[in-house]
Amino acid sequence: MSPAARSGLFLVSAAGLAVLLGLALGGLPGFDGPLGDTAKLIATHAVAQRKASNVVIDVAFDYRALDTLGEEFMVFVAAVGAVVLLRTTRDERDEAGSAELEARRPPETSDLLRLLGTVLAPLTVVLGVYVVSHGQLSPGGGFQGGVVVAAAVVVVYVAGQHVAVPRGGPIELTEVVESAGAAGFAIVGVGGLIFAAAFFENFIDPGSQGSLLSGGTIPLANVAVGLEVAGALVLVLVELLDQVIFRRGGGK
Amino acid sequence: MIELQYAALALVAVSGTAVVLTYEPRRQVITSGVFGTGLAILFLAFQAPDVALSQVAVGSVALPAFALLTLAKIARVDRDEEERD
Repeated sequence: MSPAARSGLFLVSAAGLAVLLGLALGGLPGFDGPLGDTAKLIATHAVAQRKASNVVIDVAFDYRALDTLGEEFMVFVAAVGAVVLLRTTRDERDEAGSAELEARRPPETSDLLRLLGTVLAPLTVVLGVYVVSHGQLSPGGGFQGGVVVAAAVVVVYVAGQHVAVPRGGPIELTEVVESAGAAGFAIVGVGGLIFAAAFFENFIDPGSQGSLLSGGTIPLANVAVGLEVAGALVLVLVELLDQVIFRRGGGK
Repeated sequence: MIELQYAALALVAVSGTAVVLTYEPRRQVITSGVFGTGLAILFLAFQAPDVALSQVAVGSVALPAFALLTLAKIARVDRDEEERD
């Protein structure tokens, strides 16, 4: 295709996209517009029914928990796929000899960075656990808290600690944690089938509004998703670090 | 719409354009971090604190870290292939 024809095709497509996008955006309800029927029902009844004061979590982990299950397995499959790709090269390397493994060192960092990491890492973990465990009360939940917990590992790496772990160590643990989290959320759903009428029906007493264990199955589901997300991110991160750091130490 | 919402929209528009116009991948990671932080402010200004919280963690920590590590890994593969040639 000649450059002129190509830019002609682009201009026609771009004009078509602009028209369609304009039509679609014009049809959106206004930011301050009236609520839809479902939104009105949820806003009126969710907190009274489920006692969890964060209505977003009520929807994501109770009324529409099935959607969240799909999202969770997307994270799971993405992490597994990334790890499978990274491990192919790891096995090739392992045959080269484990003496090199001993020689690897993370890059040197300054004292200030190390101090900052030492202070920040535990605080980040506490914040992550808080966000996971208080999802039913305030903005947050399993996904957000899980990512915050995983960020603690990034902080440790930036501070220059030895994150790249040998086989047989914490990598297996993160695998177990990730799988247990993914399975745990599905089990909460199956619990609805066993103890109530439908998949993901809330089968635990919702408790009183404002208490840490309010919402019935919602806190359980949040903890499961938090484990899954934190496990998935840490697993991919450690696998990547393992490759990058190893080569830096062995290549010199 | 309040001023913060206009400011957040402007920040996202400018930093998003900056990400596209940054050619060198490692610099692009930095501009995308700024873009991610801008998105978090945008979500907060439009009353979605849950999404803002995810965006802070993903956009300013997870995505840059993963992108940098992947770049380091790709650079390594390239170097190996050069050595082999």
